[in-house]
Amino acid sequence: MLADVAPVVPTPSTLGFPLLTALVFVPAAGALLALCVPHRRPEVVRAVGYVTSAAVFAMSLFLFTQFGTGATESGYQLYESHSWIGTLGIRWTLGVDGISLFMVMLTALLMPIGLLASARIEKAKSFTVWMLLLEAAMIGVFLALDAIVFFVFFEFVLVPMYFLIAGWGHGNRRYAAMKFFLFTMTGSAFLFVGILSVAYLYARAPGHVLTFDVPKLTDWASANVGGATAKWLFCAFAAGFAVKVPLFPFHTWLPDAHTDAPTAGSVVLAGVMLKIGTYGFLRFAIPFFPQAAVDLAPVLLVLAVIGITYGAIVAAMQPNLKRIIAYSSVAHLGFVVLGTFALTRQGVTGGLFTMLSHGLTTGALFLLVGMLYDRRHTYELTDYRGLWKAVPVFGGLFVAATFASIGLPGFSGFVGEFLALLGAFLTSRWYVVVATTGVILAAVYMLWAVQRAFTGEPDEANRATPDIGIRELVTVVPLLGLSLFLGLYPKPVLDRFQPTVRALVEHVEAHSDLKVPPVSNLGPEGVQAEGVQK
Amino acid sequence: MIAAGAEPIAHPPVDWFAIAPEIALFAAAIVIVLGRSLIRHHPRVHEASLLTAIAGIAVSGLFVGLQWGFVHGDGPYQAISGMVAVDGFAVFVQSVILGATLLAVLLSAGYLEREGLEGPEYLVLMLCSATGMMLMASANDLIATFLALEILSISLYVLAAFDKRRLTSQEAGLKYFLLGSFSSAVFLYGIALTYGATGSTNLTKIAQFLAQHTLLHDGVLLIGLAFLLVGLGFKVAAAPFHMWTPDVYQGAPTPVTAFMAAATKAAAFAAVLRVFVGAFDAYRVDWRPAVWVLAVLSLLVGSIAAVVQTDVKRMLAYQSVAHAGYVLIGVQAATNKGTSAALFYVCTYAVMATGAFAVVTVVARRGDDRHSLAEYRGLAATRPVLAGLLTLFLLAQAGVPLTGGFIAKLSVFNAAVNAGQYSLALIGMLAAVVGAFVYLRIVLAMFAPADDEGAPEGPRITVDRSTGVALMIAAAAILFLGIVPGIVLDFARDATQLLAH
Repeated sequence: MLADVAPVVPTPSTLGFPLLTALVFVPAAGALLALCVPHRRPEVVRAVGYVTSAAVFAMSLFLFTQFGTGATESGYQLYESHSWIGTLGIRWTLGVDGISLFMVMLTALLMPIGLLASARIEKAKSFTVWMLLLEAAMIGVFLALDAIVFFVFFEFVLVPMYFLIAGWGHGNRRYAAMKFFLFTMTGSAFLFVGILSVAYLYARAPGHVLTFDVPKLTDWASANVGGATAKWLFCAFAAGFAVKVPLFPFHTWLPDAHTDAPTAGSVVLAGVMLKIGTYGFLRFAIPFFPQAAVDLAPVLLVLAVIGITYGAIVAAMQPNLKRIIAYSSVAHLGFVVLGTFALTRQGVTGGLFTMLSHGLTTGALFLLVGMLYDRRHTYELTDYRGLWKAVPVFGGLFVAATFASIGLPGFSGFVGEFLALLGAFLTSRWYVVVATTGVILAAVYMLWAVQRAFTGEPDEANRATPDIGIRELVTVVPLLGLSLFLGLYPKPVLDRFQPTVRALVEHVEAHSDLKVPPVSNLGPEGVQAEGVQK
Repeated sequence: MIAAGAEPIAHPPVDWFAIAPEIALFAAAIVIVLGRSLIRHHPRVHEASLLTAIAGIAVSGLFVGLQWGFVHGDGPYQAISGMVAVDGFAVFVQSVILGATLLAVLLSAGYLEREGLEGPEYLVLMLCSATGMMLMASANDLIATFLALEILSISLYVLAAFDKRRLTSQEAGLKYFLLGSFSSAVFLYGIALTYGATGSTNLTKIAQFLAQHTLLHDGVLLIGLAFLLVGLGFKVAAAPFHMWTPDVYQGAPTPVTAFMAAATKAAAFAAVLRVFVGAFDAYRVDWRPAVWVLAVLSLLVGSIAAVVQTDVKRMLAYQSVAHAGYVLIGVQAATNKGTSAALFYVCTYAVMATGAFAVVTVVARRGDDRHSLAEYRGLAATRPVLAGLLTLFLLAQAGVPLTGGFIAKLSVFNAAVNAGQYSLALIGMLAAVVGAFVYLRIVLAMFAPADDEGAPEGPRITVDRSTGVALMIAAAAILFLGIVPGIVLDFARDATQLLAH
């Protein structure tokens, strides 16, 4: 490590019990418990699901309070490491930092909401089991600091999601589930070989033993792997994560999977699972190979910009309401990648914030669309007209979610996209010029959809649509409330992003020829106001 | 061997302990034959022979355990003038074979009763075949390897044709016999050429000879090596020597298919590892590319050909070719890491293949011929536990984490990358994606509603007690291998280090 970069030393857990391990194991134990409940008692299974996921959410809140926010606390906190498979050098290593903290919290928040939204679902037992396993695996992905443990969860996530889509989806669900599984698995084939290769390059260096420890590999690979090797390995990692994000042109599984998945599946898929891809870039691809990331950033920026504009244009053309939201995810994730590969503090922070914000707003939109489907069993826009008159509360919430999603100032989407665009403007000006059209296009496709479905005179079927119920309100309102809160007051989140993001960007600058122009040249006030600069 | 003076041939001292596991199995077979010819009509005679077989396996396992303790303490050694090696490698493979045989016997009990085939021959043949496999794992001489190969094969030919009423079973037996004897002949020719080139059939002596001498004209040896590879490649069902696999696996009685997939593969790979990684280490430059090609072909042919099948047994048969490819990735590394990875893979595959074929046996119902994908439609609704178990075994074969299949793939790719074979690892991973498609097709069929295209007619699916036990053992083992694999991985590593040379 270079002198001006604070060495990233993991801070071991000082709590009396392994909180992070518990975050992974409690949902898994809940799944096991639900499996033991007889089929005839779906209400017991549901109770197990609610209690477990609520407990996990409470634990994630506790994690939030335990998370140190000092400016120097850029490393992994609550670090724990135990031997797992000694022969292969694999250790059960978990840790949390500014990047993963909110991803864990988002997962823990969306799970009980997803379960509550599926309160009337058939085959409640297996549904709950898969959902809880999914939660365990996703939290594991974000907490794992051993590359193989990460990969184990990264792959395992596919299994519950596959069954959720194939078992409770609609439309062409089996095709969608299969496509989802195979696309992601193909990507992870490259990722897996990449992980093994880095570990063996590390192990061959004198005095080293085989390890998959992420901090160790990061320190070593960023300083010692360069040139073509680094580029190839970066590409291997990028292939795995690009499918997951998904970046154009690897995105074709997404509209199918999102559209045909059950509501809770779509919420989790869009809310959390897509972020595994961008998280992977931030945790592995960029810190492992900073120079390769800088060299190849233009490729990813181009793909991101294509994703933003293409996603938005295709979304505008869709006749299916759920597909519009699915394609909007392609565009939103494009902003995340744009900010991330700007490799500036503002850009990465904006990308992370968009990840969080997209989880809240798209989660809310999928929930609302799911409610419409529950009532009318169709997603086709042509079936809906004048809904506002029939279901005013629902309509209000839908419009609020739409505004949140298109990034209206005051909602979280604005903060994230603004920061991402600002950060990208520092290093990659022309990409931003194109990408900004995506902000406008987002307003076009979402507002157009709202106009078609909610305005005008309702016909008989629309007039008879019942309005939103209490249970449904409970699922949507927290997401929109949080989005509004973070849009008005993003500081609690930004403060926790900041040390890690700064360390990451400094790490990249130290190991590459990237030079970010100082922000002060661009007028400091705007940036100061967002709390990015200290 | 006959000298002019016609000296009496010196009998080597026989170390009975070294071959005690084989003797125990064979003794159980003899007891069953004798017992069944003396006591014909006792009502409990089937249970008695089943228990005898299990007891034979248990005693054999006991001896293997004793050998392991001995090897661990005093180190590996060779017995019966170098014919048999008592080492960690043999112990590991023999444990796998015994485990697979036990599962196959449990599986067969219910099958035989269901099909009304309860003659004594079945168990006897299975035990004989297992004896050959055990010998193959410990054989340290090409002659012994050949003997073992024949013992195991001839019993298997008969077993494959055991269901006399089904034409496909007859076909499987004949096909396996014809192609198998051909491959045995090729293998034997390979032994002769190798002997001509090196002056010995003993693997240790061959290794010593090749380490000390450089052959100026090694054409004969290379052809011999190629023939050995062909002969063994046939037994492990590696492409392009896999042509028999789908037909034989499909036609043979399903428990026999399970036995063939699990135990035969383990035994044949033991021979591959002993012969190539062990004895012909000096020629690794020559055989590694050949094994590379076999591995890639097996992966591609196995996984791609499985995609277009509609018969579940054939899908699994083609996938077993692909799995041979994964093991060959470990062989190809030609390192200790590779060998132990191959051993772990063989062990895991034995469990997941037996488990999957066990469910196939049950679903096939009386007649053993309901294997089409359509028969699996709606299984999750009618028999959720059975469908769940098959899903587990299939996902394990696909290499999904938290099952043994993932760790097995991880360890062979680990060995490949360690040996600098990045491309092989990548091809393997991509083949796994194609494999996943095949497995997911079966899973999808099970979870599809049965009434989509009319529920298939047929008798109720019943799981008898011994099959249930076998399924539970396999399921527990595959999860154990996936979640706490350390014990078996360490065993495989120690076993590799304790090779007798």
